[in-house]
Amino acid sequence: MPRPALFASLLLLAANPCLGRATIDLQPIATGVFVHQGVHQLPDHHNRGEIANIGFIEGRRCVAVIDSGGSPEQGRALRDGIRALTRTPICYVINTHVHPDHIYGNRAFREPGVRFVGHYKLGAAMAARAAFYSEKADRDLGVALTAEDFVLPDIEVNGELELDLGERHLKLVAQATAHTDNDLTVYDETTQTLWLADLLFMEHLPVIDGSLNGWLKVLDRVRKIPARRVVPGHGPVAAFWPADAAPEIRYLSELRTELRAAIKQGRTIEQAVASVGRSERSRWALFDEFHPRNVATAYAELEWEED
Amino acid sequence: MHRRPLVFSSLLLAIALLSPSLGSSASSDTPEETSWINGLRAKFIGDKAIEEGNDVIELSAPYRAEDPALVPLQITSRIPQTPERFIRKITLVIDNNPVPFGASFEFTPDSGKADIAMRVRVNSYSYVRAIAETNDGKLHMAKAFVKASGGCSAPIGGDLEAAMARLGKMKFKMEGEHLTPQQPNLTQLLISHPNITGLQMNQISRMVQPAHYVEEVKVSFNEKPVLTAQTDIAISADPNFRFYFVPPGPGELKAEIRDNLGGRYSTTQTLTP
Repeated sequence: MPRPALFASLLLLAANPCLGRATIDLQPIATGVFVHQGVHQLPDHHNRGEIANIGFIEGRRCVAVIDSGGSPEQGRALRDGIRALTRTPICYVINTHVHPDHIYGNRAFREPGVRFVGHYKLGAAMAARAAFYSEKADRDLGVALTAEDFVLPDIEVNGELELDLGERHLKLVAQATAHTDNDLTVYDETTQTLWLADLLFMEHLPVIDGSLNGWLKVLDRVRKIPARRVVPGHGPVAAFWPADAAPEIRYLSELRTELRAAIKQGRTIEQAVASVGRSERSRWALFDEFHPRNVATAYAELEWEED
Repeated sequence: MHRRPLVFSSLLLAIALLSPSLGSSASSDTPEETSWINGLRAKFIGDKAIEEGNDVIELSAPYRAEDPALVPLQITSRIPQTPERFIRKITLVIDNNPVPFGASFEFTPDSGKADIAMRVRVNSYSYVRAIAETNDGKLHMAKAFVKASGGCSAPIGGDLEAAMARLGKMKFKMEGEHLTPQQPNLTQLLISHPNITGLQMNQISRMVQPAHYVEEVKVSFNEKPVLTAQTDIAISADPNFRFYFVPPGPGELKAEIRDNLGGRYSTTQTLTP
């Protein structure tokens, strides 16, 4: 019986930074829940898009990966990191939404027995964005992607779905359009951990790629979930719920209030970009990088509201 | 009482023009105009003479666009529309877009002021030009350089389902509560239309989402045309135009649009002083 032990330690060696392999730091935040913390940077050649919080949850029978990373290389590092920590097989890769920093590691997990899980609109979003994203990855990250790197979901969630990991159940909910039009949340009943991914930004400015009104509505609903902790897509590996959602709710609400007033006053989109929400500037990382675009996107949405 | 709306609107214009995000392309590194010189000039104006500068029209565009699929442009005329002298047509050209023709707008003396603001897609670093033709047949051009990329191939963001459900919905937004007869009144026409470019590739199915965009916009007041536009895929999703018209008195403002698949939509708004 020495073989499995030897095997495991070999894998540990493989994940050892001294051997020059890409490694990943996975922090336990609750029993069987591990998170790698991202950085508050724009995706670039240096960080290769590896900027989001990603990780996994382990049951008795199965591991579910939650978001695969921002590059194929980070996907491999995550896979090796998981193997170094447990011999429980990976059964599921859950993609919380279509953004590159959450899906580009998918390919590393593609093997028999692994099923990919996403919102029912994720496949369409991946397909529509793949060409554009590949060009961007090549230019901004120096990463060459092919169609193979865009692994579509095998299991599409419309409404709710429960995944049984073996004495551990994950409840997946396909949310209405919020951060994107394909946000999926994961709730681990065992530890009462709510994995919100990019529905919750902390420190890093929230980025709107779906609907401002929709996002506030979804936050209003999920804040009632009695979670002991929450995992944001950008920010610390774990946070208090719902207390730590307050800054994001404040930013989005203020943005909406000021935009509605600006639209009512007949201010143009350019004027709104220059004036709306500026008081939040000192409170967020990457404000200058994302705020003007948030204003433009939300303006185009809110100008259609009935007066 | 009569003069106030005018003063107010020109103040707003002044603010718009002074706003830092709207600074035009004036910069030390002047990019080449290769596409214009090698073909576009001949295509759009032939061998006619053209006057460059800001005497007749001005074009404001952000030097660096926040969102390449939503680049705000403001074309401002420097001459009033009078029956004797007026801007008859403005053509918008985006040099390095897959379809450089952006739109053309026809004005009349009833337009009051040949100003037009809209949002466009810019696919790569490019000059944007507004070419005005006055009623004497002379051409005038203003240009701005915009740094943006991917505006035409950018995936349809947000919520296409919601956008399709709203397709064809339109509304006018007047600047003030009431109409000011005999004066240029500023209004905004909002059109709900996804304006799909036909360049958004679905890599997995290898299918391109077929183009579906607004081709023509006609605005009239009491059946008299005030703005007629031919538009192309460079116009952003949910097309949005800001312009002036001079109403003789109370009446009905009407917009009629037609898209490339034959869809026709219209809206009217009754206006009183």
